[in-house]
Amino acid sequence: MLLRTPLYDFHVSCGARLVDFAGWEMPLLYRGIVEEHQQTRTSGSLFDVSHMGRIWLSGKDTPAFLNHVLTRSVTDHRVRRSRYSLICSASGGILDDVIVSRDVKDWLIVCNASNREKILKHLEIQRDARSFDMQIDDRTLSTAMVAVQGPRVIELLSDFLAMDLKTMPRYGFEDSEHMLTRYKIFRSGYTGEDGVEMIFSAESAATMVQSLSEELSKDDSPIKPAGLGARDTLRMEAAMPLYGHELSESLDPISAGLGWAVELGKDFIGAEPLRVIAQHGPARKLVGLHLASPRIARQGSPVRSGEKNIGEVTSGTFSPTLQKSIAMAYVDTKLAESKTPLQVDLRGSLIEAAVVPLPFYKRSA
Amino acid sequence: MPVPNDRRYLPTHEWHKPDGDVITLGITPFAADELTDITYVKLPTVGQQLKAGSTFGEVESVKATSDLYTGVSGTVTAVNTELTSNPGLINSDALGAGWIAKIKPAVAGEIDKLLSAEDYLKKIGQ
Repeated sequence: MLLRTPLYDFHVSCGARLVDFAGWEMPLLYRGIVEEHQQTRTSGSLFDVSHMGRIWLSGKDTPAFLNHVLTRSVTDHRVRRSRYSLICSASGGILDDVIVSRDVKDWLIVCNASNREKILKHLEIQRDARSFDMQIDDRTLSTAMVAVQGPRVIELLSDFLAMDLKTMPRYGFEDSEHMLTRYKIFRSGYTGEDGVEMIFSAESAATMVQSLSEELSKDDSPIKPAGLGARDTLRMEAAMPLYGHELSESLDPISAGLGWAVELGKDFIGAEPLRVIAQHGPARKLVGLHLASPRIARQGSPVRSGEKNIGEVTSGTFSPTLQKSIAMAYVDTKLAESKTPLQVDLRGSLIEAAVVPLPFYKRSA
Repeated sequence: MPVPNDRRYLPTHEWHKPDGDVITLGITPFAADELTDITYVKLPTVGQQLKAGSTFGEVESVKATSDLYTGVSGTVTAVNTELTSNPGLINSDALGAGWIAKIKPAVAGEIDKLLSAEDYLKKIGQ
């Protein structure tokens, strides 16, 4: 039995095509992946991301516990700010990438839907192993979360919510209330656009989203619902890694280009092997590729340099913004330089590809 | 999803429409919808000989890459080059402007062995 988010009826009423994603019945698309992608880049979209794990941590040992399980220190983490971080295994493999938010009294970890149970178990085992005095509370099912993303979102939502979102810093968050509904609002996202993510109680989510969606679709460049299909092509253009593609337990954050989110000067689970990788330099590096053909490189497609297999594609799509086939791939560090000509093997045909800097797309403002 | 009676189908969602002395091939609106936005079509070449059951091209979307199969043997007499610059024609008009290739059949009556509209509708569960 698939899990349904509190916005399930909203999706059905908007004509969503629903698919199984990590055990959740989620909208793949409403009108079309490319249309929803363009809508997000030019105006704004609303995404249901309630399937993502929302785990609250509280109690006096929480900061010490987080310093032990996260690759980044929380010692200098300011109240009402969020940070990207990683949770690694003892061998330095990536268990998940997460957003950590420090609230006044407690902390919140947002993790991938596909990793929620694994991460919960990992956190509980690590807490008990060292008797940290703190509580772990998974509220994924009792809350809902939406991402509202696009160049017009800050302006439109500021009006709708009657709060000044322009002054909210990137990766800042606040508690607020709208029509007696309490919610948290974060200036963050996973599309490469400006925007927010909001958390509501499961009971209030549907009414809130319905009213938001009705109010903000009156305009001629409004905010419309968008599905996981567009979310994936958007995050690829922005070169944001996705667990199961660019990240996995057999990969380390240094090779994934996430060294900036690893503080090797502190002790945490996985620090020792990661120091060794950082010292010698990773054997493979994550790069961006432009393909010479409109064909799409899929996860697992071999990357070659002449006769030699030198890497593997992790994600690829036909970029609606660039009108070009783009891919991310792990390749031998020696060949990871920009402009290096390589080939991608797509079902037996070799397609020319050039290494390009990431991200593929950066918003202008 | 429209499944007209004027053509025959394969379980792999290709349609075959008799058109004078040639047969026009394309994919069904059901398949186009399942694939979502089509981004690339690999066309056969004019003059290429095809056998019933063999592949004659590929369609790609953000979601997947699929082989195209022909239900009839023959020689390719025309391909829809419009699809090279505008593969989305298949999404907007799969049964018309989104046609893929025309084949001059080598075996008379082969097309009659393919699925009727009624059988294809059953196959896609509609």
